[in-house]
Amino acid sequence: MSIDLSQFHAVFFEESFEGLELMETSLLELDVDAPDSEQINTIFRAAHSIKGGSGTFGFVQVAEFTHILETLLDKIRDGDQSIDPDGIELFLQSVDCLRGLLEALQTETEPDTTRAQQLAGVFQAVLDGGTYADSANVVKTNAITGAPLHAASPSPAPASSDDSVANAGTRKQIGFSIVFEPEEDMLKGGNDPVRMLRELATLGDLISHANTDQVPDFDQLVIDHCYLSWDIELVTNCDIDDIEEVFEWVEDECELSITPIYADISSAAELHYSNSQNHAIDKKMQQATAEGQRLVMPSGPLPSLDNLQLASPGDVTNNGSDATPAEASAALAPPKPTAPAAAKPKAAKVEASSIRVGIDKVDSLINLVGELVITQSMLGQMGSAGDSITDEHIGNLREGLVQLEQNTRELQDSVMRIRMLPISFTFNRFPRIVRDISIQLGKQVQLELSGENTELDKTVMEKISDPMVHLIRNALDHGIEMPEQRKAAGKPEMGTIVLNAFHQGGNIVIEMTDDGGGIDTERLLTKARNNGLVGENEKLTQEQKLDLLFSPGLSTVEEVSDLSGRGVGMDVVRRNIQELSGSVEVSTEMGVGSTFRIRLPLTLAILDGQLVTVADQTYIFPLVSISESLQIDSAKVNNVAGGSDVYNLRDEYIPILCLDQLFGLRQEAKVLQDSLLVVVESEGQKVGVVVDELLAQQQVVIKSLEENYTRVQGVSGATILGDGTVAMIVDALGLSGLAGSEIAAAQKIAAEAVA
Amino acid sequence: MTKILAVDDSASMRQMVVFTLQSAGYDVVEASDGQKALDIAKGTSFDLVLSDVNMPVMDGIELVKELRQIEAYKYTPILMLTTETAGDKKMAGKNAGATGWVVKPFNPDKLLATIKKVTG
Repeated sequence: MSIDLSQFHAVFFEESFEGLELMETSLLELDVDAPDSEQINTIFRAAHSIKGGSGTFGFVQVAEFTHILETLLDKIRDGDQSIDPDGIELFLQSVDCLRGLLEALQTETEPDTTRAQQLAGVFQAVLDGGTYADSANVVKTNAITGAPLHAASPSPAPASSDDSVANAGTRKQIGFSIVFEPEEDMLKGGNDPVRMLRELATLGDLISHANTDQVPDFDQLVIDHCYLSWDIELVTNCDIDDIEEVFEWVEDECELSITPIYADISSAAELHYSNSQNHAIDKKMQQATAEGQRLVMPSGPLPSLDNLQLASPGDVTNNGSDATPAEASAALAPPKPTAPAAAKPKAAKVEASSIRVGIDKVDSLINLVGELVITQSMLGQMGSAGDSITDEHIGNLREGLVQLEQNTRELQDSVMRIRMLPISFTFNRFPRIVRDISIQLGKQVQLELSGENTELDKTVMEKISDPMVHLIRNALDHGIEMPEQRKAAGKPEMGTIVLNAFHQGGNIVIEMTDDGGGIDTERLLTKARNNGLVGENEKLTQEQKLDLLFSPGLSTVEEVSDLSGRGVGMDVVRRNIQELSGSVEVSTEMGVGSTFRIRLPLTLAILDGQLVTVADQTYIFPLVSISESLQIDSAKVNNVAGGSDVYNLRDEYIPILCLDQLFGLRQEAKVLQDSLLVVVESEGQKVGVVVDELLAQQQVVIKSLEENYTRVQGVSGATILGDGTVAMIVDALGLSGLAGSEIAAAQKIAAEAVA
Repeated sequence: MTKILAVDDSASMRQMVVFTLQSAGYDVVEASDGQKALDIAKGTSFDLVLSDVNMPVMDGIELVKELRQIEAYKYTPILMLTTETAGDKKMAGKNAGATGWVVKPFNPDKLLATIKKVTG
């Protein structure tokens, strides 16, 4: 049977990456002075599973490397090998190395094994008795390159029977004589002698004689003792190895002797009948079979117990001409038809990302679909009531519709939940990052995680990971002070970063707090002034100053380290978060620390929208982007040269945009007085949008405009409303792009007003 | 139909084993650790148990010991899926009462051939 193993690759990679993550976490938690055996076991098991899988699925590079890793871990597990911080570091590097190998294999590219070979060399040196640190150094200086991990295993020894033939001269080996005496207890391990006899019978022609003289009287018989032994003659041209393999599992539970038997092929008689050896053997076989029938027949009084299955002639002896072993096994195991699609699902390469869903989530989905079906049939029944529709019918119908609405909402929630994963998937990366960077910086930092089980849409999670890494790097680099500085400030030398996640409304909030030095807002301001981001005389509130942190091209550190501080960071962080319809805010206190708070929608597929109408068209504003809605007081509208209007909103000047003009919906401009103004905010920039009417707020399913039509500036997507019409979702960020001149005008007025 | 209990904590190995055995017409039930396997084994009877050695919660060695305590599994063939090729570790399962072993890595054909050895 040929089974395409590649169908299991995706699962193998998935579980291997999970295993590596587990290894990493356990390594980081491991206390080298008092290693917890369960943790070491976990690390070992992860390596072991990867080794087993990679071997089976043909990823030799991984299998070879994990083999040596596993050997060492096994010794540590057994207490034969110590572990120290240098060792942990090496194992962590191995995790990275394995991850690299697996990633390459996953994308079907040839993995670079240089690092694996180096590390394997180090581990070998450790196994040979070196310390982790010394081994690492020695191997580094030796710079082992290209040496294979293991010499190719020697090819199997030449078949011994061939030798015997050569030495035997005129005598030809035709098989083996086997004496097989099981120990009394052999049956207890589930090894049935019949199995071995049957297997021998597949190798050639078998003559077996069961010795029953050890069988006691019936009343003394122990049910699961084996009292029989066998003298066997096997006519075969197979190797002695093949015979030994039959008895492989019981070699320590029996007396076994295997000796070759020979036939004199120079014998004139036999040569006369045939000059082919096979023919001679055929003849021998016929004799054997004939004898076998007789010899195998039990001769003494025998217990007829199921557990002592005895060889019966038809069962064991093979008369050579019937079915071949292959045919026999085919008959025993008819190929079971498998589902046609499942038979060869050629997995799409790499991109076929999968998601693991808890069975409870699937169950709740099935449950809800069941309820939906009930509601549907209830409504269906009402529909078939015919002409006699009474008030009662209508009442029931309303009730049914309410039910349907509830079902739909619950179903929607449930389906969304399928895409939700605990944020620990992202959080788990951080302990390693914190460890590595703090060592690199010479700082002492501990990371505390809480709310790891808070769930978040998979796509959102994938996209939030990088911005979070950035924030953590920043906190480590700029937030947490050097130990001596902390000591001088009366703080513990060990700095702390706390990561917390929780749900709030329809959002997930991720907080990152450090107990470092805080952000110097005055320095931010000075820097911003020097860079021309803020005018010389411009006055900023504390909040606005802090907001400068997210401005492009601004860094407060004097020296640029290789970690962060290039000034291309925080602005990217904010932009990434905003692309996810989220927001980030920061609070800080000098000398005490800072907190970054990221707020994200639970899913990107649905948003809470505010429906508005403009010139008989319905538009939708994401509710998160609306800061307020108000009726325009024309006294507060300033017209600037060039036709741009700005609105004085509590002494803040915001540009006014008319959607009808921007989207070309109406010829003449709308009278601003008493019109409705929706104030939307994005990237800290407020814009007032004039609309005709505010309608309801509702959840809308986002359809991509790009996929279905083309990208349109100022519109982030579309949705289909209850009446079947399409409504555009307004993109607040894009709008301010459209309104460049209005924003410039607003800033000018603001500047003049301050002056 | 020959009924087999396949135990392995690695999902890919388990899938491979289960798929192979099912394709060959065996009735297969799977478990992801020794404890789960034991619970399943207590409820149903199997003609053969195939178990990995290193598993969380309850390892394969412990599983064999537990199974051999159960009357119905006293003589049931139990094969260990092991990566050990020599020495004490390979015999650990045997000493606990296992019938034999299949050495990893193995391909589907090798697995089926070994299974046929014990199931006939």
